[in-house]
Amino acid sequence: MKCRKCGETAVINMRQHKLALCGEHYLEWLPEQVQRFIEKYEMFTHDDKILVAVSGGKDSLGLWDILTRLGYHADGLYIGLGIDGGFGYSDQSHVLAEQFAKANGLTLHAIEVEATYGATIPELAVISNRGHGKPCSVCGLSKRYIMNRAAHDGGYNVLATGHNLDDEVAVLMQNTLNWAGGYLVRQAPVLPASRPGLARKVKPLCRIYEREMAAYAIVRGIEYIYDECPHAIGSTTIGHKEILNQMEEKRPGAKLQFYLSFLQAKEQGLFALQLSEPELHACERCGQPTSAPGECSFCRMWDKVRTVKGLPERLPAAINQFAD
Amino acid sequence: MSVKLVYRGKEHEAVPGSTLRDAVRKIGLQPETVLAVVEGKLVTDDTILREGMQVKLVAVISGGAQ
Repeated sequence: MKCRKCGETAVINMRQHKLALCGEHYLEWLPEQVQRFIEKYEMFTHDDKILVAVSGGKDSLGLWDILTRLGYHADGLYIGLGIDGGFGYSDQSHVLAEQFAKANGLTLHAIEVEATYGATIPELAVISNRGHGKPCSVCGLSKRYIMNRAAHDGGYNVLATGHNLDDEVAVLMQNTLNWAGGYLVRQAPVLPASRPGLARKVKPLCRIYEREMAAYAIVRGIEYIYDECPHAIGSTTIGHKEILNQMEEKRPGAKLQFYLSFLQAKEQGLFALQLSEPELHACERCGQPTSAPGECSFCRMWDKVRTVKGLPERLPAAINQFAD
Repeated sequence: MSVKLVYRGKEHEAVPGSTLRDAVRKIGLQPETVLAVVEGKLVTDDTILREGMQVKLVAVISGGAQ
């Protein structure tokens, strides 16, 4: 197969776009697409200070690379979750994120959950007794909290994550199957910083296929963690991704169509009745926004853990490396 | 000599002369979910497999995006 732009041998054929490209033109094309979506969804400009959540995987490292190539001010945030999985998953991820930052002269902030708060994510899941034996729910809660807090403490007004199209449609499928209106109304390329203390959250890869991101990392020579999080194996999200890929195989573009039709339906008011957002308060302990009066769920969860582990009651007032 | 497909550390045999896409399907994978690397370079799935070729299949699905 030949590159549509120059006739050289293609390295990727994107059936959903009816487009095959060689390595050189692919490395030009993908950032152009990302830039197009950044502008279309008014995610950020070159004046914004962006914090990229970096996991060491292809999507987040690829995103960081693309934003840097596009000339944005983007620093990285790595959250050490303390997940081993028999092969040092978190340690390996950290090394790869550090290597990438060093090789490209970029700033990476690293926050180790255990060192900062007193327990690893798997420990937290057991002690807090949340998530039916799987750490995914406490992991999600912790990452959302720490990312927002780090953006706030570090003076970043935009928080960018590497969610790709496949991630988005898998979640969309899950929420549609459950008719989870509250979640559906909040699923978007941009979540504005509508309340004090909340960073604007953006997903610049929301229209980029997971396959395209993996190809970008390979062609660009980005070394990323190939193994999945050991706790994600067999997850509902991965199951949905497999089903969606079967649909894509039969009808190229099916995933993109599903996502774009959803965004369009939302714009036309399909979820208008769900629009009223709960009132947010400042958590009495940490000051982060929370929908419940009193303490936020992050602080309540860690209270229990710190009591069980005999740690001092107070959580850090700010994330150390940002506190002056 | 035949064609070797390597996926997640496991080797599979494929028939020379077939397309990569067909060979991937034959070992029970969806072509959408893998990328193929030959001699360090990414190749498209219409590639015709030749005797002695070694193809590394890279899974594209990950479950740990932040």
